[in-house]
Amino acid sequence: MINTDTIHGVHQALKKKEVSARELVASIYERIERLEGDIGAYITLTPDMAFAQADAADRAISSGDIGPLTGIPIAIKDNICTRGVRTTCASHILSDFLPPYDATVVSLLTQAGAICIGKTNMDEFAMGSSTENSSYKITRNPVNTAYVPGGSSGGSAASVSAGMAVAALGSDTGGSIRQPASYCGIVGLKPTYGRVSRYGLVAFASSLDQIGPLCKNVTDTATMMDIISGHDTRDATCAKRPPESYTSGLGASINGVRVGIPKEYFIEGIEGEVSAAVNGAIQDIKKTGCVVKEVSLPHTPYTISTYYVLATAEASSNLARYDGVRYGYRVPLANSLLEMYTKSRMIGFGPEVKRRIMLGTYVLSSGYYDAYYKKAQQMRTLITQDFMDVFKQVDVVLTPTAPTTAFKIGEKSDNPLQMYLSDIFTISVNLAGLPAISIPCGMSKEGLPIGFQLIGRPFDETHLLNIAYQYEKKTTVCSPTIKN
Amino acid sequence: MLGQDVVLSVAKLARLSLTSEEVDRFTGQLGQILSHIDQLNALDTQNVVPTSHQSIDTGAFREDVAQPSLPCSVALENALESEGGFFKVPKIISAS
Repeated sequence: MINTDTIHGVHQALKKKEVSARELVASIYERIERLEGDIGAYITLTPDMAFAQADAADRAISSGDIGPLTGIPIAIKDNICTRGVRTTCASHILSDFLPPYDATVVSLLTQAGAICIGKTNMDEFAMGSSTENSSYKITRNPVNTAYVPGGSSGGSAASVSAGMAVAALGSDTGGSIRQPASYCGIVGLKPTYGRVSRYGLVAFASSLDQIGPLCKNVTDTATMMDIISGHDTRDATCAKRPPESYTSGLGASINGVRVGIPKEYFIEGIEGEVSAAVNGAIQDIKKTGCVVKEVSLPHTPYTISTYYVLATAEASSNLARYDGVRYGYRVPLANSLLEMYTKSRMIGFGPEVKRRIMLGTYVLSSGYYDAYYKKAQQMRTLITQDFMDVFKQVDVVLTPTAPTTAFKIGEKSDNPLQMYLSDIFTISVNLAGLPAISIPCGMSKEGLPIGFQLIGRPFDETHLLNIAYQYEKKTTVCSPTIKN
Repeated sequence: MLGQDVVLSVAKLARLSLTSEEVDRFTGQLGQILSHIDQLNALDTQNVVPTSHQSIDTGAFREDVAQPSLPCSVALENALESEGGFFKVPKIISAS
């Protein structure tokens, strides 16, 4: 079935005119109609726009003008602004928000001929690891609907895994692309901080947020990165670097590449099946010619605490803009400006968002700033230094993506600290600003996907993607079969 | 442990009204999270330079040339109330 194929597969079919973009989009929506009730991947579908874009793609193709993303149906996480299309961040406070502009990544995809299928569900303001914290619905894991898809980009991961989009965009502040990719059996990349423009990404923690692709395989991931990465004058933190072709870097020999295994990541609490699958991946990586060696990231035990101070501090500041004045929910009949602020925010924000605003406000408040915020910034220096020291000895670092496979819906929703701990292997990458990719490497006895993570040097996505590609070629592990 | 008085004063700073049930819940949960975070105190970081941002090779300078911005009417489109090109809010200064 063409609609469950990869970007590359769909591209070939469009090029050979075996299918038109319009037929493809129609078959994707037919599939969504059938599966969406069980999975709940989308908040908003955009068929009018999608069919118009499909017709434009078909016209381009018939005139011989076809790029790698022409006519490719893509899902977009609902914290990425789409002009005139409701962008909610899965929050009640933005339930009617119509952005007056497109995010840079959306403009780039549109210019490349890609088709926007819809906006995907997520944890409210990307705060969560299960997509249960949405104000609209929960998303279920397409592999087994009793389980969470991970989060916060759970809708994006589920849409790709279920064949309800060919590829998707997510955002990753502490693992929000990689952990759901791992739980849903697909590939997810968090680029280096500054590699992809954040213009139009609704801010959660600005020094950690990064947009990236979720795809069925590594080649598709590289294809998406070719289009979305690059300098943008509208994002002052976007790196001024020449564009790179990640797809043309795939296939180079990786003989002798040094892969570091940090001993602190193979700890108690990691599920036996996860550890066995990741050890299997390490053996397979050796077969590609890489040299594996143990390394140490000594400050790993402090990453969760560091992250939850810095991310919540930045969030409390970023989310101060939701005051009911310029956009978003406003409580009716407030008697004063202050009452309008406090009640609009009380009704507009969900519990996890309030919890993080409270924590972030606390750690920034006078008297606690040095003890928490400054301390965490110093820890961030030490955690980054750990990686810089390790990258003197090895070229990439290999770890599990998450300590467990997907957990059951409802299992952790009453225990925020337990939920935070599921990000233990992904958050140090955001603190250090590094690129990292999650790749499927096996399944549990229950059939739940397991992923491993490769972490690279800053701006070394070319190398990272190629190692992932070579691994993918060598291994017999494939994504779980997509159900019809 | 965190007291309810602290939770209430933080809520005030954060411009959040909380129900009494939320005050109870957050008092417990934030206390638990903060005691986890207190593990950071085990490490001496006295001489460590803080990192606020990974600005490895950022710094997107450009010429200071004016560029088109959103028209006023578009910028006001998402506001619940506006008047004469302004955002409208409840009265701030009372007459008395």
